[in-house]
Amino acid sequence: MTELLVGTRKGLFVLEGEPGSPFEVATRAFPGNVVEFATRDPRTGRYFASVTSGFYGPRLMYTNDPAGEWEHASTLALPEDTGASIERIWVVGTGEADGVLYAGIDPAALFESRDGGLTWELNRGLWDHPTRPKWQPGAGGLCLHSIATWPGDPLKLALGISAVGVWLSEDGGATWRHGNQDLVPRYMPEEAREGTIDLCVHNLHRAPALPERIFMQFHGGVYRSDDSGETWNDIAVGLPSDFGFPIVGDPTDPDSAYVIPMVADLDRVTIDGRVRVYETRDAGESWKERGDGLPQQDAYLTILRQAFGSTGEGETMELYFGATSGQVFGSGDAGASWVSVADRLAPVTSVRVA
Amino acid sequence: MAVVRLRAPLKDLAGGNSELRLPGASVGEVLRALEGEHPRTMGWVLDEQGRIRRHVGVFVNGERTREDAPLTPDDVVHVLPAITGG
Repeated sequence: MTELLVGTRKGLFVLEGEPGSPFEVATRAFPGNVVEFATRDPRTGRYFASVTSGFYGPRLMYTNDPAGEWEHASTLALPEDTGASIERIWVVGTGEADGVLYAGIDPAALFESRDGGLTWELNRGLWDHPTRPKWQPGAGGLCLHSIATWPGDPLKLALGISAVGVWLSEDGGATWRHGNQDLVPRYMPEEAREGTIDLCVHNLHRAPALPERIFMQFHGGVYRSDDSGETWNDIAVGLPSDFGFPIVGDPTDPDSAYVIPMVADLDRVTIDGRVRVYETRDAGESWKERGDGLPQQDAYLTILRQAFGSTGEGETMELYFGATSGQVFGSGDAGASWVSVADRLAPVTSVRVA
Repeated sequence: MAVVRLRAPLKDLAGGNSELRLPGASVGEVLRALEGEHPRTMGWVLDEQGRIRRHVGVFVNGERTREDAPLTPDDVVHVLPAITGG
């Protein structure tokens, strides 16, 4: 049985079911609150949920039982000397060292926990970066949404921040530098592109089996880096659009990536009323349409950056994505066929397999 | 000590108390005292910088106010979600 954590505008839904079949709602938590993101640390079994009340602000909650009591990780807060407050918690992910987790927030900050997510500390290297006064938010805010660790090496990290590009560290986050070469921000005038840091990265996926390879869904562009995020190659040829939000991959196949194209930045819905996932197995040289079982008529869905998750590998890899229409779709055969997992949830903000 | 009146969900986070007497010479101090006495309310009304959250309404004797407003022991402080969103 697979357990899915679906964050929505109206709480967290924990779904349970078999791959390739409809799921049932096992638990709903945080009713009335936006759950921006939810995940489970497989090392400890601890669940995390980014919960934002429209009135009472954002907070990170954790539990060992999503149907039971949740605790507030109250140290995930910006220190007084920053003069800033957390707007949203966008992502929580596991680090490579024992007990280490990372959290990415708006306004563009990284937090680190060394005790399995109970207490948190602001990463000062990124917060105090001298270019910070020039950082500009994207439409979703100044959000640190992607944290790509390097399997087996806790010192190497890559971050995606909208709209401040890719950030790389080789010293565990003590220092940071850009990794933006050859990204083309077509949303800017040509004469303003050279050297800009106003780069709207939508999502990063590092290939665990070949860690120097990172795939990126950009704000108009799909890219691949083969040098740990230093330089980027456009791999969008063959896609019906290069606009979208999430990107995932098969962990055992470093040539694999999956995207869900949408029309464009000014029309963020699936193209021609058809919902299609696109898959590459040759590192972006070619793309295959994967829409069998997905709505192919009058379906104008928006799939947000955290709303595409996976588990497993190879031909039985499970893929799940949710839309702001409240639907969640799943595949138990690496995208070859799809079913509706849940039809009528609230607008989906995130999907992760527990 | 000022009287602080709470509604759900703050009431639940404050141990089920809908009315508390809390020390403090300003609204901010009283709200910090609320967090000290009931840590589960931490971060709900005041943000990290001690500012009342944008969509929370704090009223003193019926007048909407800010965190630096002075308080007297006879004042009544209401904390409620703001009417936002239409």
